[in-house]
Amino acid sequence: MTTSGSDATVEDVVRRVVAGHRDQRGALLPVLHAVQAELGHVPQEAIPVLADELNLSRADVHGVVTFYHDFRREPAGRTTVRICRAEACQALGADRLVGYAREAGLPLGETTADGSVTVEQVFCLGNCALGPAVEVDGRLYGRVAPARLGSILNGTVSS
Amino acid sequence: MNNSSHSAATVYVPRDSAARSVGADEVADALRRAAARGDFAIDVVRNGSRGMLWLEPLVEVATPRGRVGYGPVRPEDVDDLLAAGLLDGADHPLRLGVVDELPWMAGQTRVTFARVGVTDPLSTDDYLEHGGLVGLRAALDLAPADVVAEVTASGLRGRGGAGFPAGIKWKTVLECADSLKFVCCNADEGDSGTFADRMVMEGDPFLLIEGMTIAAHAVGASEGYLYIRSEYPDAVATMRAAIDIARGHGWLGKGILGSALDFDLHVRVGAGAYICGEETSMLESLEGKRGTVRAKPPIPAIEGLFGRPTVVNNVLTLATVPVVLADGAKAYQDLGVGRSRGTQVFQLGGNIAHGGIVETAFGVTLRELVEDYGGGTFSGRPVRTVQVGGPLGAYLPTSMFDLPMDYEAFAAAGAMVGHGGIVVFDDTVDMAAQARFAMEFCAEESCGKCTPCRVGSVRGVEVIDKIVAGTHRDENLALLEDLCDLMTDGSLCAMGGLTPMPVRSALAHFPDDFLGGRRSLEIQPVQATGVRTEGTA
Ligand SMILES: Cc1cc2nc3c(=O)[nH]c(=O)nc-3n(C[C@H](O)[C@H](O)[C@H](O)COP(=O)(O)O)c2cc1C
Ligand code: SF4
Ligand code: FES
Repeated sequence: MTTSGSDATVEDVVRRVVAGHRDQRGALLPVLHAVQAELGHVPQEAIPVLADELNLSRADVHGVVTFYHDFRREPAGRTTVRICRAEACQALGADRLVGYAREAGLPLGETTADGSVTVEQVFCLGNCALGPAVEVDGRLYGRVAPARLGSILNGTVSS
Repeated sequence: MNNSSHSAATVYVPRDSAARSVGADEVADALRRAAARGDFAIDVVRNGSRGMLWLEPLVEVATPRGRVGYGPVRPEDVDDLLAAGLLDGADHPLRLGVVDELPWMAGQTRVTFARVGVTDPLSTDDYLEHGGLVGLRAALDLAPADVVAEVTASGLRGRGGAGFPAGIKWKTVLECADSLKFVCCNADEGDSGTFADRMVMEGDPFLLIEGMTIAAHAVGASEGYLYIRSEYPDAVATMRAAIDIARGHGWLGKGILGSALDFDLHVRVGAGAYICGEETSMLESLEGKRGTVRAKPPIPAIEGLFGRPTVVNNVLTLATVPVVLADGAKAYQDLGVGRSRGTQVFQLGGNIAHGGIVETAFGVTLRELVEDYGGGTFSGRPVRTVQVGGPLGAYLPTSMFDLPMDYEAFAAAGAMVGHGGIVVFDDTVDMAAQARFAMEFCAEESCGKCTPCRVGSVRGVEVIDKIVAGTHRDENLALLEDLCDLMTDGSLCAMGGLTPMPVRSALAHFPDDFLGGRRSLEIQPVQATGVRTEGTA
């Protein structure tokens, strides 16, 4: 489904997604979210198709894809762990979690060699009273001490 | 021991994502399993959170005396609680008492948050039983200009940070002659230490729909957009579900509640850009573009989304409008101090023992919030500083704790109330590191449109590093001052314009930290103070 898919596959997905958003005003962001939900990232081949379908220049589409942190140009690991590094979590030692992950061979922004986990930073998950906060594949965890991060990571790495 | 009555006992377990982050789902499952075994008759309701977040998961049971709370409850506590008589509100080490009577709750004035944590967020019956739609019905009986006048008279100011009077903004949109106008709700809530918007969306979504519908009637808008950040998947799902339900009940769509008002609402999800909380950047993003800031004028009220007149308000602003219409402008205006009227939803976060939501009239002091409600730090160490109003807000020392929460009083003290978020730090904090982070955050999240912000913030990080390293310290301190001046004066929006606030306040109140002095301070891991804190992973 990802980069291993042929251009035609990406093109099919993109055209189908755009067709589903025809009636929306300024549909590019919802379309990009939907493409990424299906393909795991927004591949380079999607850009000319999006430009064609939405009557935009390739530069416009490229500019949008690269502006937002959420849109990936490359596939992520099967599990994505996001550690909050904003102030409220800093006040409870969020950086110790980053350090712990790094020592476990999971530096920020990188995917493990086996493609299982990607660790990222995020600025605030809205759980600032129960920090440090971590999100794993859309699920929120509060009061994450290094030991707890370890069990979360172990669970994911071994799965 | 068993609940002897024939009807099932109603037990509330929050579905708020903060409560779920420490195990609320597992607690609800344990209760349902006990009911499925046939031992107990239990009706589990997933309510919003009461905002006593340090007590989550907070389980409540309905009793003739009121709702009795227990917390924090772990899944493995459930059988024990049931055996002890949870369903009758019986005694147990985790029993807290009648929740409405707890001092932390009883001392608050819950206006915007009146229903949050009390009701099932997606139950229309609950909504109506607890005063829902009273404000909208009152508004629909009034001419648009009279609704605007009521909101203006209430003194309600924008809760998204800048504190601009809501009524004045609405009047501008109402006076535009365009046939197509929009209401946009800013639910980007990117500031660290703020989570009230999220809790309203997850805990009382019909309230926000009602507020946006009143705004639509007041200004003559037919379409609404709710821009929710992607970091809030639960809020997105709850709002989408609530909008569908509202449409099904004629609370949205054509001829709302039998009136002539047609209004429909759409959810849009952000894509991880802090700057998209700035209103013009949010509009660009809604139009499908890069979220760069627009120069003002024209203001969005006149040329907003797709060039049309647009109301842009924060979640809390819009969620407060129904109560203003229901109870009248006077009741709201009677609360507060000076030009800061009504209540503010303060959010206590960071290193704090009792973190959560405190809704109270403006004028409450920082000390009351941090020490009385908040109970000091989570680590048990002394409080050193609090940052108020998000990442662009000032760091204040404890010597300023008697400052009243009031937009003007804060501005006069070189700080800002902003969104009402208060982040507490203990004495292990390194303020040079916090100042550096403010610059780093600005560099990371700048929209890139203007040089003082885009380049100045990168230079800011470098200069602070040099100061801390002791390289030409005096020259670099002077350079940092210059840079802050330039960013304040030369930035198009408050991202670059206010980043100097945390930097300067850190420097003014904690100068020693910039001399490399705190590096030697041994930093201990944070210890829990009494209450159970681990959730169930
Ligand atoms: C960098 C930046 C970020 C902002 N982020 C938010 C936000 O997340 N939520 C919000 O409601 N307002 C935010 N604002 C304020 C909005 O620009 C705008 O003032 C507000 O949405 C207007 O609504 P209100 O009058 O109801 O507060 C931000 C402003 C700036 C400069
Ligand atoms: S101050 Fe920063 S965020 Fe604001 S418009 Fe300029 S570059 Fe963009
Ligand atoms: S600062 Fe980490 S969740 Fe808000």
